[in-house]
Amino acid sequence: MSETEDSTIMIRAGGLTKAFGALVAVDGVDFEVRKGEAFGLLGPNGAGKSTIMRMIASVSRRSGGTLSILGMDPDERGPDIRGHLGVVPQQDNLDTELRVRDNLIVYGRYFGLPMKFLRPKAEELLEFAQLTEKAAVKVDSLSGGMKRRLTIARALVNEPDILLLDEPTTGLDPQARHILWDRLFRLKEAGVTLVITTHYMDEAEQLCDRLVVMDKGRIMAAGTPAALIQQYSSREVVELRFGSERNAEVALQLAGTGERIETLPDRILIYTQTGEEDLARIVDGGLRPLTSLVRRSSLEDVFLRLTGRSLVE
Amino acid sequence: MREGRPVAAGLRSVYAGRSHTVVLRAMYALKTSAWFVVVSGFFEPVFFLLSFGLGLGGLIGAIQGPKGLAVSYAAFIAPALLATSAMNGAIYDSTWNVFFKMRFARLYEAMIATSLGPLDIALGEIAYALLRGLVYALAFMSVMFAFGLVLSPWGLLAIPAALLIAFGFASCGMAITSYMKTFQQMDWINFFMLPMFMFSATFYPITVYPEAIQLLVKIFPLWHGIELIRGLTLGQFDSSILWHALYFAVMVAVGLVATTRRLTALFMK
Amino acid sequence: MSVEVRAHAGARAYFGERRSARSIAFGAWYVCEHRLRTMRAYLMTIVMGSVFNPMFYLFSLGLGIGSYIDASSGGLGQGAISYLTFVGPALLASAALNVGFEECAFPVLGGFKWTREFWAMNAAPISARQVASGVLMAAGFRVVFTVAVFFGFLSLFHALPSPSAWMAMPAAMLSGLAFGSVIMAIASRLEEDDGWFAMINRLVIAPMFLFSGTFFPLERLPLGLQWIGWISPLWHATQLGRVAAYGMVEPAWLTACHIGYLVIMLIIGLALSFRTFARRLSK
Repeated sequence: MSETEDSTIMIRAGGLTKAFGALVAVDGVDFEVRKGEAFGLLGPNGAGKSTIMRMIASVSRRSGGTLSILGMDPDERGPDIRGHLGVVPQQDNLDTELRVRDNLIVYGRYFGLPMKFLRPKAEELLEFAQLTEKAAVKVDSLSGGMKRRLTIARALVNEPDILLLDEPTTGLDPQARHILWDRLFRLKEAGVTLVITTHYMDEAEQLCDRLVVMDKGRIMAAGTPAALIQQYSSREVVELRFGSERNAEVALQLAGTGERIETLPDRILIYTQTGEEDLARIVDGGLRPLTSLVRRSSLEDVFLRLTGRSLVE
Repeated sequence: MREGRPVAAGLRSVYAGRSHTVVLRAMYALKTSAWFVVVSGFFEPVFFLLSFGLGLGGLIGAIQGPKGLAVSYAAFIAPALLATSAMNGAIYDSTWNVFFKMRFARLYEAMIATSLGPLDIALGEIAYALLRGLVYALAFMSVMFAFGLVLSPWGLLAIPAALLIAFGFASCGMAITSYMKTFQQMDWINFFMLPMFMFSATFYPITVYPEAIQLLVKIFPLWHGIELIRGLTLGQFDSSILWHALYFAVMVAVGLVATTRRLTALFMK
Repeated sequence: MSVEVRAHAGARAYFGERRSARSIAFGAWYVCEHRLRTMRAYLMTIVMGSVFNPMFYLFSLGLGIGSYIDASSGGLGQGAISYLTFVGPALLASAALNVGFEECAFPVLGGFKWTREFWAMNAAPISARQVASGVLMAAGFRVVFTVAVFFGFLSLFHALPSPSAWMAMPAAMLSGLAFGSVIMAIASRLEEDDGWFAMINRLVIAPMFLFSGTFFPLERLPLGLQWIGWISPLWHATQLGRVAAYGMVEPAWLTACHIGYLVIMLIIGLALSFRTFARRLSK
């Protein structure tokens, strides 16, 4: 890799490992995040996403491997790196004893920024977060979406080079999610590097240029959303329901249809290139599903295929 | 695995020299808290002084000071109340307040995500607790002056002494709080505080107790705090008063080291 | 994985004609049961507090200060009783009031704001009144326990010369519930804590503890401050306790006043609580 390309690498992890006692939360992962890209970490609970986020945020020491953020080692230069980061944690940790505007100003002071800079910056960020009218109220009275936007605005107060977002839209209604996505797009356009973890596959498809799917501390797959779908799923999926009792039995009769069949307790999934035609053939063959659906394959199918369907608590 | 690796960064990795921003944060927070709650903190020791000093004092009459000279009962208990209120304020700020910020508000998590280190947080929180303690101590001292309960010019030193007591309790309180996980565990702190208040020669000279109990009382910090301040405001002390001050200096040092270690372990694991 | 939840597994058999019949009859008890279960988490704290606090107070204030007062010539001027006997009934009532406060302040605020369990109860066929009554009932259990233990210590310390001393117990319990009901009425109006309870502690409970004739007869206070005692449930309960514990001499009408004051306080507190609970739960 040449010098010039190297300078665009914001984060580089090699064989990155984190163990809590006997539990290996992150097990030798390798990835790179380039300047200005939106990088996604996907995986079920316990896959190690948040642990990676905390190591990037330089508040968790790695147990092994290498990690370089903006060319610095977080174990040695934690505070210096954190000065370049904006962190949006999974659960809001806004300062509930402060008013909305003061949350931004006081947080900026933690970075050592002067009031001269922070006063206008706070106004700018309030506008960005669409919270100008709420500037003087206590944080408690904000809605979930407003709190989330304020947390993101707060993470931007030091004009970070990298923004870390841990499940940024969990718990928000669709309107609030779309507003948030819009804000994140603008940041990307402004050249901010985003690192995002999420449970929502549509969010990952929308926001991420590149992503990795993790399970049990390891990377299962990496690439652009489109490439992952192409590689790990079919073009279309046919979903059929015959009632909980009959699904398994009918699935045997369907063998050979499409590229792959998956039988779930409540429905049968047929992965195929030609959904409508396959469905027509099944109905012609005399099977009458209670409901049927033909849809495009999505990142969710990739995710479930790679990380399995059983619950992870 | 590199667990054996020494921590190279040392102090720099836990301290960014910006603890004043944590104090500033507390000032901003004052804007949203009800002023009367803050003011009400002043009244508690005053009520005690009025009730015990004036009401009960009439029944008791004079009482012996640390060096055997008789003083009025009010003059005897006022310094004990000052020391106790320094302890209570510091303990409240460094335990319940810190517990809430640590476990529920996730405030420290947010602070650690910036370039602040754990020692910045510990020092900043304690500095603010002391600032508040100073205001209460000044107010209570004025009441003592007004009632003529400060019998010696040395009494002025009771204010820095109260701060030292608060510093000791605050830094140890914060260290202990960092181990607490539930409200139930927090209640145990009260189990420790109440008997200390009751038995540290607060309401009568320690000579009431048998020898063994006296030794037990002398192990606990509040007795040292009360003796320190009582000696100063009554003007009855000798060089041994320095031992009381040293007791709190040690508490400060131990508490700060322990708190920083715990915050590092909790938020930077 | 076989997950089978039967939607109709036979709950019907336990319901009568009307599904709400039992809740209507015993709702308050169910709420109380819930509170008592919650208290289990604090069981150690509650038991230790009930056992050790009386010991601390009685040793430190009763015996410690008592050794000075009993020794000084005038004493209390109340005949031959010791200071411990004088202060005992006051500390007993004070313990009851503290428990009343503890069980009616944060649990009520929390039931509305933090756990929101009152809404869950109200979503079952339990009425707002029953919720309020159940909380007070649970507080009552703790008050009874605390008072009984404290009374036991007083007996151990030989602080109860009169054979009718046991009547100090119902007096203290009544004051704990009366004060608790008023605290509940206040707590149910609060949207958030904001330091209100700390204020009540500092500006109501502390002066009440100190100026209700607890540690010295109320008459020793200047007349301008004696009203604190007159309005304080602690003073009324303390005086009742003293009449019971060592036969303090008091006109009968005054004793009736003490009882009447506490009963009226309980009724008003409960009525106000019923109103705010109903208003808030149906909002």
